[in-house]
Amino acid sequence: MMSTRALGLGSPLRKTLFSQRTALNQSLVRTTLAKRAVQTESLPPSASNKILNQQRLLRPSSPHFTIYQPQLTWIASIANRATGGALSALLYGFSIAYLVAPGTFDSVHVVEFVAGLPDAVKYAGKALLAAPFMFHSLNGVRHLAWDMTKFMSIKGVYQTGYAVLAGSAIGTIALVLM
Amino acid sequence: MSLLPRLPVPRFSRHFASSAARALATPVQKPVLNKEFKIYRWNPDEPAKKPTLQSYTIDLNQTGPMILDALIKIKNEIDPTLTFRRSCREGICGSCAMNIDGQNTLACLCRIDRKEGKDSKIYPLPHMYVVKDLVPDLTQFYKQYKSIKPYLQNPNPPADGKEFLQSPEDRKKLDGMYECILCACCSTSCPSYWWNQDEYLGPATLMQAYRWIADSRDSHTAERREVLQNEMSLYRCHTIFNCTRTCPKGLNPAQAIAKIKIELAAE
Repeated sequence: MMSTRALGLGSPLRKTLFSQRTALNQSLVRTTLAKRAVQTESLPPSASNKILNQQRLLRPSSPHFTIYQPQLTWIASIANRATGGALSALLYGFSIAYLVAPGTFDSVHVVEFVAGLPDAVKYAGKALLAAPFMFHSLNGVRHLAWDMTKFMSIKGVYQTGYAVLAGSAIGTIALVLM
Repeated sequence: MSLLPRLPVPRFSRHFASSAARALATPVQKPVLNKEFKIYRWNPDEPAKKPTLQSYTIDLNQTGPMILDALIKIKNEIDPTLTFRRSCREGICGSCAMNIDGQNTLACLCRIDRKEGKDSKIYPLPHMYVVKDLVPDLTQFYKQYKSIKPYLQNPNPPADGKEFLQSPEDRKKLDGMYECILCACCSTSCPSYWWNQDEYLGPATLMQAYRWIADSRDSHTAERREVLQNEMSLYRCHTIFNCTRTCPKGLNPAQAIAKIKIELAAE
C-alpha cells in the first residue's frame, strides 16, 4: 500500500482494478510493472555502507533535556554543578580581585560597603550566598555517601534528596539570620 | 373455550422466552473516551523537513491498556506510515523503548494515562540519531556493549571438562544485572551519556561490564577493570541516577557503576 503511494502508482493500480476494459487493463498492468522495474536498483552489499553513511549525515538528533521529565535525580545534579560553579567563580573572582587591587577588596572596605547597604539588599544578598553554599555542601556529603555505595536505591536517592533540600532551606534561614 | 383441546406447550416457546435474556448478553457500548497522542515524526525520505509532533486522537475504550496498543492502533487505523520498533509486547525484548511523557520506558509496559483532557507526548529515546519517527540508531550503543566483551573469558576449563561451578553466594552477585535486556532506556536517560556518548560507555554497558567483573567464573577480571581505568569510559558517571530511575526492568545500573568505582579505587 505504502510503496505504491510513494511511487505514485496508487491511481494506475486502482484504475486497473476497477476498469471494465480488459485490453486497457493489461496495458496498464504492463506500464505499472515496467515503472516498478525501473524503480528498483540492484546494488552490491558493499554499497550499503555508502547509503547508510549518506543517511547518517542527514539524521536529526532526538530532543533530550528539553523534553525529559524534571526529576529530583538530574535537577539536583545540575543544581549541584551550577552552585559549585557559581561558588568557585565567586571565590576565585574575589581572590584575584584582591590580588589585583588589595586596597579596594580588603575586609575593611568590604565590611564598610556592606554596612552602607539597605537591610533588604543585605538579607537578599545573604540568602543568595547562603542558599547555594548550603545546598552544595550538603549535596557534597550526599555524593560522598554514594561513593561509599550507601543510599544507592531509588528510595535512598529520594530520601537523601529531600533531606538535602530541607537541610539547605533550614541552613539558609539560619545563615541569613546570623 | 373448553372445547379446545389443551395443547402441549410448543417447544419453540422456550426459545422465545430466552430471547430477552439473550439480548442482555450483547456488549454494552462503552462511552467514547478520546485521548490525544502527540508523536515525534521525521521521515528520512524528506530529510530537509524538520521533525514535528503529529497529533492523533483515538478512543481509549476501543484500545488496549498500554501505550504500545495505542501506537499499533494508530498505525493500523489512522496512519500506516508511523514507524516504531516492537516485538514481544511483554517487556522482554526491549524493542519498544521510547520516551513517553518525558520518561524513557518500554511502550509495552507503560500504561496509558486515562485522565481526561491530558495528552501524551511520545518521542524517540533522547539524544540519539533518528532513523525514522520513533526508531533511534543504536549502532553506537551495541558497539559499546561489544567492546566490554560480554562473554565468559576463562582459558582454564574445569578438569572434568564440564561446566564452571559457582557457589550460590557468587551466583547471587549477578542478580539484578543479568536481567538487563539492553533496551537503552537508561543510557539514553543519562545526561553524561548525552554529552559524551562517543567515549563514555553509559549505564547499560557499564552494568554489563560489572556483571562480568563480578562473575566468579571469569578469570579476566583485572583486564576488564584495566580498560575502564581512564577518564572517559567510566568516570563520566556523576551519580545522577536517571538510569536507575528510568529502568523499566527495575534494575540499578547506578549501583553497579558505584561498585566498579569503589573496586577500582581499592586497587
